[in-house]
Amino acid sequence: MSCNLNIVLAGFGGQGVLFAGKLIAYAGLIEDREVSWLPSYGPEMRGGTANCSVCLSDDPIGSPLVLAPNALVAMNQPSLDKFEHSVAEGGVVVADSTLILNIPEIPGVKMCAIPATALAEEAGFKKLANIIMAGKLYAETHFCEEETLWKAMEKCVPASKAAMLEMNKKALQIGMNA
Amino acid sequence: MAEKETKVVFERPHALLPVVTNYCPGCSHGIVNRLVAECLDELDVEGDAIGVAPVGCSVMAYDFFGCDMIEAAHGRAPAVATAVKRVHPDGVVFAYQGDGDLASIGMAETIHAATRGEHITVIFINNAIYGMTGGQMAPTSLPNQVTQTSPYGRDTAQAGFPIRVCELLSSLDGVAYLERVTVDSPRNVRKAKKAIKKAFKNQIDGVGYSLVEVVATCPTNWGLTPQDSFEWMRTNMLPYYPLGVYKDVVADGFVNAAEAAAARAADCPIANPAPQTEGSAQ
Amino acid sequence: MAEKVLMKGNEALAEAALRAGCRFFFGYPITPQTELAAYMSKRMPKVGGTYLQAESEIAAINMVYGAAAAGARVMTSSSSPGISLKGEGISYMAGADLPGVIINVQRGGPGLGGIQPSQADYWQATRALGHGDFRVVVYAPSTVQEMADYVYTAFDVADKYRTPVMILADGMLGQMMEPVVMPEPRDEQIEKPWATTGHKHQRAHNVVNSLYLTADELERLNIERYERYATIEREEQRAETFLVDDADIVVVAFGASARVARSAVVAAREKGVKAGLIRPITLWPFPTDAIEAVVPTAQAFLSVEMNMGQMVDDVRLTVAGRRPVEFFGRTGGVIPTPVEVLVKLEDMNETIAKGGE
Repeated sequence: MSCNLNIVLAGFGGQGVLFAGKLIAYAGLIEDREVSWLPSYGPEMRGGTANCSVCLSDDPIGSPLVLAPNALVAMNQPSLDKFEHSVAEGGVVVADSTLILNIPEIPGVKMCAIPATALAEEAGFKKLANIIMAGKLYAETHFCEEETLWKAMEKCVPASKAAMLEMNKKALQIGMNA
Repeated sequence: MAEKETKVVFERPHALLPVVTNYCPGCSHGIVNRLVAECLDELDVEGDAIGVAPVGCSVMAYDFFGCDMIEAAHGRAPAVATAVKRVHPDGVVFAYQGDGDLASIGMAETIHAATRGEHITVIFINNAIYGMTGGQMAPTSLPNQVTQTSPYGRDTAQAGFPIRVCELLSSLDGVAYLERVTVDSPRNVRKAKKAIKKAFKNQIDGVGYSLVEVVATCPTNWGLTPQDSFEWMRTNMLPYYPLGVYKDVVADGFVNAAEAAAARAADCPIANPAPQTEGSAQ
Repeated sequence: MAEKVLMKGNEALAEAALRAGCRFFFGYPITPQTELAAYMSKRMPKVGGTYLQAESEIAAINMVYGAAAAGARVMTSSSSPGISLKGEGISYMAGADLPGVIINVQRGGPGLGGIQPSQADYWQATRALGHGDFRVVVYAPSTVQEMADYVYTAFDVADKYRTPVMILADGMLGQMMEPVVMPEPRDEQIEKPWATTGHKHQRAHNVVNSLYLTADELERLNIERYERYATIEREEQRAETFLVDDADIVVVAFGASARVARSAVVAAREKGVKAGLIRPITLWPFPTDAIEAVVPTAQAFLSVEMNMGQMVDDVRLTVAGRRPVEFFGRTGGVIPTPVEVLVKLEDMNETIAKGGE
């Protein structure tokens, strides 16, 4: 199942791209793979754009800063504009079509546009578009065993927030089916 | 030979080592060192005491005091003393600082140790000049006072005004006790000792941060005899730096500085949260 | 075996310090090390320790001086501009032979510089952390696991040799999360009969001091301290080597840039370029033994750094003109890419091949 995956997740601060990245990193941890998660940091986290790099690998990870992702999760237009040209050939882009109006064709790259924000609002948890996006990324890349994915979600959401965990799991499922 | 009981009427305090100090003749440091040592003896805390002496004329006080001693960087004694007290909360920690050290380079450390209410005792020697480096203008040098670096007299239009440390610190909630004393006469020496002892006692009793400012002389750098120095001090310094108590939370009826601070901020809800009733949700 | 967890480098430094028995932390906020202080502020009260946010980095390092003098295991952390302010206190600690751990999560400089990862404080860390004749042991972790492992080691080394020890990390290592296994907690610590704890009338008074007005005495003490430094240079050098046995080009890189360099070495091998990597883990003492060992077989050296060329000085001092030593670096917070390093390696390989014709 394992393949080496270099992922960039990008969006506005507050959309939860760091959290979605963490979910993927935890999946790697549970499967005992080499994992790194690197956030952009500094003033941009305060309301501007946020992004993080996640690497899943079977070999020691060199630079955790992903410059040529084979998977990009873009949650707003500036993020897609910024990173679309860096996606490696054969890679996949998951874009939130609720917020991104201009979704280009990129030769050699699979473009998956889903209305994650609309889907989240429809389901009644509008803060969880990030998890829907992660679900879609999973459907496209199978970055871990499915069982691992659910376990990773349990690691990311504290047991004390059972209702929150259920909502996150539902969001993940919506994304996987989208 | 007739039996005659001998009675010790004067001796060196135990907490002062039998060594010759490096202070100039007529310097007030010698008197104040002795008062500190007498207080350590009388409170029986030499064995628990840790002193911090930073850069200045008293930098070598580690050779004079019998308790454990730390030499600190210029101005940093309050930071060093803060940490020592945090490591040894039952220890008796004091900083012994001059005016350049405490009120110039170390002003940030002074203010913040005071506002944190560190349970330390600060002995502050204010002689309106940098003694060790040879008589430069200090933050407490008086207007028009001639020093090596204010040869035409301290020009307040250019060099600003002296800092009154007790008055400045008296606004801070962490402070328990501030008194300004001097040591120019037996009567004032006794008063100074009483203040220093109280400053130590406050620490032992957990009352809070205490500072005693000793208005002192520097005959060498002032270019005066010891007697004339005291006269100059009385004439010029005491009107600018009046003696007296500037804060005393115990005299104000509080148990400690924290209680006094709470009373002062009584109208601020976040500073004085309602006591949690048992079993209530956090 | 302890559980593997995902942790930020900054948090791993803090947790491992607690597990090494550190109960005193004095700091001041600065990006990109702030998570470390935040972690300490959360955990210290739970373990009976002290977290204190000082009024400045100067106050913080002098609090470290005081706590160390009082016999405690103590740590402070900052990032480049803040480390400059700590220079005074670090020098005093060295002069008074006080142990303590100082973390530098480096960012770009000079001046306020930037907040992105950098290794531009190599010279400062290994040459001039303050005024006067002294050295500081410097560890350069390159993974989150090493952040934990070497801060744990640092406390022991600091106590053993009575010296400040620095962990020289960078914004990338501080901010990134990786799997890490935490070392076991412990509290056994060595006796410190020299500490100022209050003599209880049981011993002569202890004095912690760095002032010596007699030149001869200060010289004697400095010479004694340098004898201790010579022991450290013999016993504490640490380095990792990777594919150096048959390497024509030996890359020397530490910390974050060593990760990039390693990827470049792997890529170079795939292209038939015989490259290898020496990764200094101690920057002082510089691992001269590891470099010396490959001088006979290597054709050339390449120092890869996130600065304008600093560690390359130490590589040149060790190689001492016997082989060419080149430099590749990015600065200002830019992280070099493996491709850039690979291009440099291919260039050098070509030069070597020409020379061999």
